[in-house]
Amino acid sequence: MRVALLALLLVVAGCSGGGGGNGEVNLRMTVWTSEKTQLALFDEIAGEYRRQHPDVKSITFDVVPFDRYNTALTTQLAGSNPPDLAWILERDAPDFVQSGALVNLSKVLTDPQELTPAATKLWQKNGELYAYPFSTSPFGMFYNKDLFAQAGITETPEQAQAAGRWTWETAMRMAAQVVARVPGKSGLVIRDFEYKMWVTLASVWRGFGADAWPRDGKACGFTTPEMVTAMTFLHKAIFTDKALPGPGTTADFFAGQSGMTVAQISRAGLLKEKPFEWGIVPLPAGPKANAQVIGQAGIGVPVKGKQKEAAADFLKFFTSPENSAKLSQFFPPARESLVNAQSLAKVSPLFSAEQLQNVVVNGIRTGEVLPAHTNSAKINSLVQSALDPLWKPDANVPAVLDGVCKAINPVLSQ
Amino acid sequence: MTVRAPARPAAPPEPPVAKPFWTIRRRDALVGWAFIAPQALGFVFFVLVPLVAVIWYSFQSTNLLAGTTEFAGLKNYEHLLDDPVMPSVARATALFCVGLVVLNLGLALLLAVLLNQKLRGTTVFRTIFFSPVVVSLVAWTIAWNLMLQDNGSINAMLRTVGIDGPNWLRGENSAMVSVIVVQVVKNVGLNMVLFLAALQGVPRSLLEAAELDGAGPWRRFRTITLPMISPTTLLTAIITVSGALHVFAQIQILTLGGPADSTNVLVFYFYQQAFGNHDFGYGAVLAVVLFVIIALLTTLQWRMRKRWVFYEA
Repeated sequence: MRVALLALLLVVAGCSGGGGGNGEVNLRMTVWTSEKTQLALFDEIAGEYRRQHPDVKSITFDVVPFDRYNTALTTQLAGSNPPDLAWILERDAPDFVQSGALVNLSKVLTDPQELTPAATKLWQKNGELYAYPFSTSPFGMFYNKDLFAQAGITETPEQAQAAGRWTWETAMRMAAQVVARVPGKSGLVIRDFEYKMWVTLASVWRGFGADAWPRDGKACGFTTPEMVTAMTFLHKAIFTDKALPGPGTTADFFAGQSGMTVAQISRAGLLKEKPFEWGIVPLPAGPKANAQVIGQAGIGVPVKGKQKEAAADFLKFFTSPENSAKLSQFFPPARESLVNAQSLAKVSPLFSAEQLQNVVVNGIRTGEVLPAHTNSAKINSLVQSALDPLWKPDANVPAVLDGVCKAINPVLSQ
Repeated sequence: MTVRAPARPAAPPEPPVAKPFWTIRRRDALVGWAFIAPQALGFVFFVLVPLVAVIWYSFQSTNLLAGTTEFAGLKNYEHLLDDPVMPSVARATALFCVGLVVLNLGLALLLAVLLNQKLRGTTVFRTIFFSPVVVSLVAWTIAWNLMLQDNGSINAMLRTVGIDGPNWLRGENSAMVSVIVVQVVKNVGLNMVLFLAALQGVPRSLLEAAELDGAGPWRRFRTITLPMISPTTLLTAIITVSGALHVFAQIQILTLGGPADSTNVLVFYFYQQAFGNHDFGYGAVLAVVLFVIIALLTTLQWRMRKRWVFYEA
């Protein structure tokens, strides 16, 4: 009996003892990419760091699928199992930065002034930097040259841009032509939108001078005349012109199923095997502005982490100018010294110098980040639900948008 | 004269015999506790403790990111009453439960009766109807998600016979119907097997006697078969109602609760609040509500069994 009791105590002690009490450093970073080439580069950088820091026994990159990334990350934070470093998506940035969940990195990253101001804005509180914006990826318009040729579209988007005619009207007309003239193909796909992820529509409505909420984030922008015009335009493009595939219709540009797509330039990796001839231009201009949009991701060190200093030191190494240059082949950088066509051309063989300047460099310098707000998850689900009635042929656009504001105003005003 | 026997000297008091600690009773008790210990410990740590924790959380206001928790009193419960989404959630939950239970039990019983006939090929059909039960739920739902798209295979098939099918997952009514059908087809095989076993336990002699007395097939089914299988009907009803209230993966994959909250059932809404919006306090309130509903419905079904369950063992 006593032996059994002793064994039980030993087991319990063994279970609760935990590891890492011997001064070893084992770092873990949560990421949402599962692309092998990207993970291999991370491992290469981590290996170099470990050679310089023998006390760091391991650095692992914990892949969590994108669609449940934020849920998994917050659950880990709440469950006393925080990662040492975490990728954070732009829409969640205000929540993480404002709540005090992240370590202040201003003193750790010695050259934050090297980062473009537009790129750091979202990740700052009271002038201090709380996450490193490692990916600042502009949205662009990819188009399939083969399908354009089959549809008999003679003026390319580049030519339209040069002639000052690269507008949303032009883009929708081209998309409708592809649908009408190439059987079985879709026109324009707004990547990841799928009638759920509404923030991606900012790529359209910003050109109309509209936004989800004004800059102070306290009032709803869905009922502004600009937004009504933008959404009416989009509704017509979907249900009347059939330029965009309707709700419930799947089409993947990168599989050759549509003529055009609005997507972040980091998606170009999907065209590595060159499944068809393609081109890329900036987002079209709207009636009010030639607005470019960027998506961002930052790396932060959670306050709850057990090895904050070691994690911050690794982040400094991971995002050094040399490693940022390496990472820029996948993740457009926010460093002034790297935001130029010459530097990017060394690591981005998929784009021509003109495309890099036209889409990437101009996008990073002039683009605005997708809508983000504190309480983003709640706002996101409320807007998604309230916008659902819009995706029907007979929708009353102003009434639906009014419903969106009614749904989110209480949250915005908090 | 009576000779008195000399008085015996008083026997020295016997030293008290120490009772052994391990009496038969105690040994039996120990063996009994050892047998139930795994179940009891599992129940305490994995059911009772989380249950109490959920109730405790429902009175707290938690900020997951900041890692702060403070007492909120009844605030989370008050929010339940003024939450504008809650009526849609209650409606969707009720519709899903009623639709699923009626369709699942009705279809399972019908299939069981058909496959209980002595006809060729019944074994093949039993296997076909049961096979979805052993398929991974997520894989099953993803496959249906592709088929139910507007340009998916179901509408393509309908088009071949001249029918313009609806946009299944985007219409408020068709989305709910789709989710129910996907769930019914997945699980109807299990209830079918249970009903089949019960049907095969109905004594032939009773049915034959009724037939001799002139009872037709419907009369025999209604007055003999249904009462005889009523314990199984109770069991399947409880399992199906409880399962209907727990539906999650199908909603997450097929509709995300949309369109316009038409399929936003209570479990999915709880998940959205607790893990999507990081509002653990309100999420815990919804979990408590779900627990109370399931407990009430199960108790109700159990109590009503006296009225309609016969031959209970």
